[in-house]
Amino acid sequence: MNERELRRLIGAVKTGKLSRRGFVQRMMAVGLAAPMATQLLAYSGVAMAQSRAPYKPTKRGGGGLLKVLWWQGSTLLNPHFAVGTKDQDGSRWFYEPLANWDADGNLQPVLAASIPGREDGTLAADGKSVTWKLKQGVKWHDGKPFTADDVVFNWAYAKNPATAATTSGSYNDVVAEKVDDYTVKVSFSKPTPFWADAFVGPRGMIIPKHLFETFTGDKSRDAPTNLKPVGTGPYMFKDFKPGDMVAGVINPNYHMPNRPYFDGFEMKGGGDAVSAARAVLQTGEFDFGWNMQVEDEILQRLEKGGKGRVIISQGGNIEHIQVNTTDPWTEVDGERSSLKTTHPTLSDPAVRQALSMLVDKVSVEKFIYGRTGTATANFVNNPEKFRSKDTTFEFNVDKASDILEKAGWKKGADGIRAKDGKKLKFVYQTSINQPRQKTQAIVKQACQKAGIDIEVKAVTASVYFSSDVANPDTYTKFYTDLQMYTTTMTQPDPEVFMLQFTSAEAATKANKWQGRNITRWRNKEYDDIFKAAQVEVDPVKRAAMFIKLNDMVIKDVVVIPVVARPTVTAVSNQMVVNLSGWDNNTSDIHNWYKEG
Amino acid sequence: MSRQWILRRILLVIPAMLGISVLLYTVLALAPGDPFSELAQNPAVPPEVAAALRAKFGLDDPVWVRYGHWFTSMMRGDWGFSFVSRMDVDTLILQRLPTTLIVIGAAQLMAILVALPVGVLAGIRPYSVFDQIANTLAFIGFSLPTFFTGLLLILVFSIQLDWLPFVYRADINATGWKFYWEHIRQSIMPVMVLGLFQGASLVRYVRSSVLDVVKLDYVITARSKGIGERKVVTKHVVRNALIPVVTLVMLQMPVVFGGAIVTEQIFRVPGIGSLLISAMLANDTPVVMAVTFVFSCLVVLCNLIADVLYAWLDPRISYR
Repeated sequence: MNERELRRLIGAVKTGKLSRRGFVQRMMAVGLAAPMATQLLAYSGVAMAQSRAPYKPTKRGGGGLLKVLWWQGSTLLNPHFAVGTKDQDGSRWFYEPLANWDADGNLQPVLAASIPGREDGTLAADGKSVTWKLKQGVKWHDGKPFTADDVVFNWAYAKNPATAATTSGSYNDVVAEKVDDYTVKVSFSKPTPFWADAFVGPRGMIIPKHLFETFTGDKSRDAPTNLKPVGTGPYMFKDFKPGDMVAGVINPNYHMPNRPYFDGFEMKGGGDAVSAARAVLQTGEFDFGWNMQVEDEILQRLEKGGKGRVIISQGGNIEHIQVNTTDPWTEVDGERSSLKTTHPTLSDPAVRQALSMLVDKVSVEKFIYGRTGTATANFVNNPEKFRSKDTTFEFNVDKASDILEKAGWKKGADGIRAKDGKKLKFVYQTSINQPRQKTQAIVKQACQKAGIDIEVKAVTASVYFSSDVANPDTYTKFYTDLQMYTTTMTQPDPEVFMLQFTSAEAATKANKWQGRNITRWRNKEYDDIFKAAQVEVDPVKRAAMFIKLNDMVIKDVVVIPVVARPTVTAVSNQMVVNLSGWDNNTSDIHNWYKEG
Repeated sequence: MSRQWILRRILLVIPAMLGISVLLYTVLALAPGDPFSELAQNPAVPPEVAAALRAKFGLDDPVWVRYGHWFTSMMRGDWGFSFVSRMDVDTLILQRLPTTLIVIGAAQLMAILVALPVGVLAGIRPYSVFDQIANTLAFIGFSLPTFFTGLLLILVFSIQLDWLPFVYRADINATGWKFYWEHIRQSIMPVMVLGLFQGASLVRYVRSSVLDVVKLDYVITARSKGIGERKVVTKHVVRNALIPVVTLVMLQMPVVFGGAIVTEQIFRVPGIGSLLISAMLANDTPVVMAVTFVFSCLVVLCNLIADVLYAWLDPRISYR
């Protein structure tokens, strides 16, 4: 898809020929996240859809106690310190951002009065600033009013390097200033097509200035409010035991009418995923269960209990196989997989091509993941409707053998193909995790048929995913030929995500393997397009560039996507919830309720 | 046993604790894993953040420097600061301790209540039908690991019968007798699992020590004097038979804490055992260090108490 085509599609949305949802899905099929797609529309003067979630309760409260189960409990409740989604989810009951991402990638106002747009000039035409109008009359749980000062304070707080806020990535390159008590202007140093990052979504939760003011930078860890949040959210803090329990009671002065429905909530942590699924689906002890990393077969059996159901929501997680472009078996200057080497066999495009055909994604989906992992050809998530239309993947042992044969890889006496004395023998590593070992077995079997010998290797997750410089088995060192894990697209803007294929980011000894480019794939054309995209003013042109980058990575078989891993949630049958793969699990809690 | 001996025994605890702390710290430092690795994997978090956090919590210092820091602050009564929860470790432990003590205390009480009568009865009538049954059950009891019996109980009482909840909630939203009832209801299964496991091995001890005592001359003398059977058993047999059992109960306390870790995980009991597990998974060194140190203190302390108690209960034993 090139720039002209993109413009045509946007035009079609403007004139109403193409629905917003249709546009978003088309964008996702070519590798753009839904929020990115809706931002493109906003830039082109198409307002964000304000699709309200249907909310039936007609009064506040009266819903009793909401019991939810996170098998990894929240360990801290300051959103700027959040390490994983579990912490963000726990903070989100009390703290709110200016706007949320919904399932279709649209922004929904929370503390903002409206979503910025080109029509009323709140979104600057040059892409260098965005102006947020804040909702008036919102009060913190302690009765103090919420104003623009609070918003600006959060920017300064997160930006301060001494605070070491995990949200700093969203605030470092912007400037927030107060226009009046209820207006905040966010300016960017360069035209920024993806403008809705600061103060939005998981990293946008706002903490009160009057309680954190004296605790910034080095003193940030001493703030008593770190453990007893005071926010603007639908529930007020009651109790917190790290890793075990977050509890809250209804906020009687919540700024949205008739909300929230429940009189209080209890977010229990700990245990394991399977028993959490049981507690929601089978015994009904809990109303909501987070992240059901359980085999689909078990989930289906538990669902038969009739107490609850499983909700699958698409996000940005992809289980993929990485192909090493450097030689992991030769040591140069004290490191293997050095940039100074090239892989003796995998550097041949024919071998990579054949490998991509030997991954039986359909079987992996069918026999291992079921509903919890859908076969995909794309490195970025896409909805089911569009998957087959735009991209294809093939599992074909004969064709793979054929490609290898033509490229001169002949089978030896031992059944393993070789060329110039170099054999097609690969070590394929991943973390210890049952579905992963099953996937390894499926790939190994197909490769064997095609004359490729695979040695599988499994590393304990705590070692594999650590950043331990001394350990040779970490995923960032990638001292094997192939490896497999799940990557997460945590930010809707593809710039951060696509950075992992630029040459400068290659993980090496020099940068303590902190570089994001783990396959060490280097391609000048890719680097050039990426650089151009970074400074591209026109958002449509920029989007077209990212689509091109995604294509290059897939065509060159730098990675082989296996399955998209959606978020799997268990909820009781009475619960009405809207979940978004682009925001926190609890991002929409003010709209949750129980029916009948 | 002299006062001097006790003093010497207590002084010996100090090098033991020191050794334990050095050992624990080295093992933890050598273990793979990094509390901020989750941040390093997240492309949305700039790498400087993890680096700043490492510097802030002193993770970049060499092991002995870190140990020195830990030791000096420990001497000052500062247990450290959790990397993961960003709060003081002692508050974190104190939050969890009551639950653990209640569950373990109740389990131990139940173990004693079951084991004493069963063990004594089995001991005074060895090889009777009752003894055979008690023995068999005891063998089954301490051969089955707690994670297995735990799951079994959940399967039967929560899923099949739907009588008891299997998720332990520290905050019960009720008052009055309902509050206590809910607490008892959710404690039944974890306490049963731990208590029966303990009780099973205790039965064996009680039985064998009663068996040793009943055959002694003074018991025969007591019987021949015409004292009633009930009185002989309670006043003469049990009293003496329990001396070794008391010390055994003390020595077993650390095992109970160990078993509690697994049980707490299964039933989601928010005790220090589950705190230890989550801290280990998150590589939260200060918390792991503090909890394991508390456990090892308990072991040393229980050993000490057992020694002292033994000497006090049985004057024939003398330490020099």
